[in-house]
Amino acid sequence: MRTSPSHASQAFFTDRTQRWQVLLQHRGMFKKFQPSTDIVGQTPVKSSVQRGIRSTLLSSWKIDTETLEEIWPKKESIVHVKCRDHLSIYALHGEPLFFQGHDGPYLPTVRLLHKYPFILPHVRIDRGAIRFLLAGAHMMCPGLTSAGGWLPPADAALPAGTAVAFDAEGKEFAVGVGITKLGTEEMRAVNKGIAVESVTYVGDDLWALQKL
Amino acid sequence: MAATVDPTSTQLEKRATPPVQMFYCGVCTYPPEYCEFGNSLSKCKEWLQAQHPDLYEKYYSDVALKAKLGTISQEAQSRLEEETIKKEAKADAKADAARKKKLASQVIIKRIERNKRKFVTSIRGLEAFGVDLKKAAKLFAQRFATGGSVTKNAAGIDEIVVQGDVSQEIYDMIAEANEDGKGGKKGLDILKGVLIDNIELVEEKRKKDTEQ
Ligand SMILES: [Zn+2]
Repeated sequence: MRTSPSHASQAFFTDRTQRWQVLLQHRGMFKKFQPSTDIVGQTPVKSSVQRGIRSTLLSSWKIDTETLEEIWPKKESIVHVKCRDHLSIYALHGEPLFFQGHDGPYLPTVRLLHKYPFILPHVRIDRGAIRFLLAGAHMMCPGLTSAGGWLPPADAALPAGTAVAFDAEGKEFAVGVGITKLGTEEMRAVNKGIAVESVTYVGDDLWALQKL
Repeated sequence: MAATVDPTSTQLEKRATPPVQMFYCGVCTYPPEYCEFGNSLSKCKEWLQAQHPDLYEKYYSDVALKAKLGTISQEAQSRLEEETIKKEAKADAKADAARKKKLASQVIIKRIERNKRKFVTSIRGLEAFGVDLKKAAKLFAQRFATGGSVTKNAAGIDEIVVQGDVSQEIYDMIAEANEDGKGGKKGLDILKGVLIDNIELVEEKRKKDTEQ
């Protein structure tokens, strides 16, 4: 049984699909990530380095010392899981907590973000964009500026290069983590092109990597 | 005097924010609200209805289904549902083909006589069941304190060769790894997935005339 969509919505849909298909070429960090071949090695992190990471997390995430202590107690050492392409995953007792692309910011795994949703600022994609995000696409401006999307108000605008959580229209929990490519005010003004690069999302290979 | 709480100390003592208790789908691992974007929606729904009827109601009641449409058009939603059905059918067909292929695959454990009373054991066909040959060879070598390696046979197919006559022991290990309900003994999970009925034990004797 097939419903026949009106021409208008068909055109909208096709146009959008094509746009996303182009974008699917540029996938997130953890699309086609194979632990058996892409993990180079695991090394314990020196305590001086751990202190540095801890203070970076405290200044770059919206988190207090007590909560960070809960996630990663001071007396416990994290393990640095070195991966291909200068990708680093940091794990505690084998559970990936956060990661860092080539000198980029420390980003929480989606599972950690689910437990502590306040550690990153949020943006919201509309329902139509969800399946594209889940296929690895970066997010375009219209998916965030449409009626189903959401961006922080002007007085809380985010600059380009900010780590954000992707909420999704009609959903309770975040669906992924990305880095803004434009400032949120710019997204509104320009309203085309890539707004937020997707880095990791529900169902990608980092999501699947529950134990290291 | 009974201990009283010092008001200043409770005010100063900051508390960690407790984590959100997450609940994930037992079929596709997504948060249940995202099952509709995976490729196993029917199975996810069945599972949720059986395990957590309250959550099933939350996500799949008529009211919930209407609410989640959000700003997406009815047409776009119908297309999404059609795609979900297609994705499921595709995933099912793929799983079915994989199952059939497994059923038709054989593992041959061969005892080969090299010299008088010198044996090696070759194991062929484990890869069809998703076993990592290198890891399995290492496991056998460790278990029997002997040499074990992956080599290409005359036909150019990778097989495991273990020094000594350990064919029965290897059969037992594979059987143990795949016993029902045991969920894989520690260390043996490398061998999981092999169909026991598809294992054949054979023997290769030295030809009399080449013997001296
Ligand atoms: Zn599911």
